[in-house]
Amino acid sequence: MAEKAIDPLHQFEIVRLIPAKIGNLDVSFTNASLWMVIAIAAVTVFLVGGMRQRALVPGRWQSMAELSYEFIAGMIQDNVGSSGKKFFPFIFTLFMFILFGNMMGMVPYSFTFTSHIVVTFAMAFVVFIGVTIVGFAYHGAHFLSFFVPKGVPKIMLVLMVPIEVLSYLTRPVSLSIRLFANMMAGHTMLKVFAAFTVMLGIFGIAPLAINVALTGFEFLVAFLQAYVFTVLTCIYLNDAIHLH
Amino acid sequence: MATEPPPPNLDELERRLKQARPEPVETGVGAADRPRAMGMAFRVSVELVSALAVGVGLGWLLDYWLGTGPWMMVVMFFLGAAAGMLNVYRAVEGLGFGRWSKGSAATKEEDRGERG
Repeated sequence: MAEKAIDPLHQFEIVRLIPAKIGNLDVSFTNASLWMVIAIAAVTVFLVGGMRQRALVPGRWQSMAELSYEFIAGMIQDNVGSSGKKFFPFIFTLFMFILFGNMMGMVPYSFTFTSHIVVTFAMAFVVFIGVTIVGFAYHGAHFLSFFVPKGVPKIMLVLMVPIEVLSYLTRPVSLSIRLFANMMAGHTMLKVFAAFTVMLGIFGIAPLAINVALTGFEFLVAFLQAYVFTVLTCIYLNDAIHLH
Repeated sequence: MATEPPPPNLDELERRLKQARPEPVETGVGAADRPRAMGMAFRVSVELVSALAVGVGLGWLLDYWLGTGPWMMVVMFFLGAAAGMLNVYRAVEGLGFGRWSKGSAATKEEDRGERG
């Protein structure tokens, strides 16, 4: 440890596990891919295993599976209404994938794929495109009235419509940056304080205490960011379905 | 035989209970609401910056395609800033989730306020 410089960003490094190429496209199976597969497997085991018993009075495991179902079902009901029920599978998948990605990132020596903007932006962009398609499918060209705020004088529309369009285009960016920045900042901070602990020797007890608190905080953030990402997806969906 | 005390008057009891119970104190954000408030804070902080970034980025792209010098970027910079503020305004409106989301936290909060 002493001769090797401590690099808090080393944990985010992408490693090609199975190099592969299609033309000029690098389609290697990386550690990020590996952890995504693990996340999907873990979610599947968690839900399928939990519901295997189908007990009327659920045990602990089944309770957790049912709790996560009800949490998302309630979220959709609150933010979109009953017309959002159709989108439950998508939103539930999104939430569980992000939640497990964030939570598994808290395991030492694991890899947090949600700390990469490529991953979060891909998810946010799918949400953005999907919501736009839903909007056009439900309202046709009338969906464009979403960009015309109500009760604004005609002259101001010249200014307001571009602002509204920009505000709409911001969605995938803010959605992805929020998740990626929170995860990356948190994990970097953990690593920095861990490095202080090693460097300070006996006085390392102070950064160690901070790290303990930070770890708890990071678990909160891991859940919170999965929640925020999903709730915003619901809100965007609601905007597209109900317009204004 | 000692006389038993008369059964307490219900109205009297109600009054005394009310006195004994402290009034619910408004403490702003309660401990239970803290995660939600934090989610809100995370949400708002990014909203402003990303709108500005998207504005400038789009302006730069338009300039690149149309060859209009720095002008589109300048215009889009201000539009992006306005869009960011609009986003923040919508996000924090009534501390709910936007003006148009029916049954959102905002409308529920209002309902609660009226009833309670």
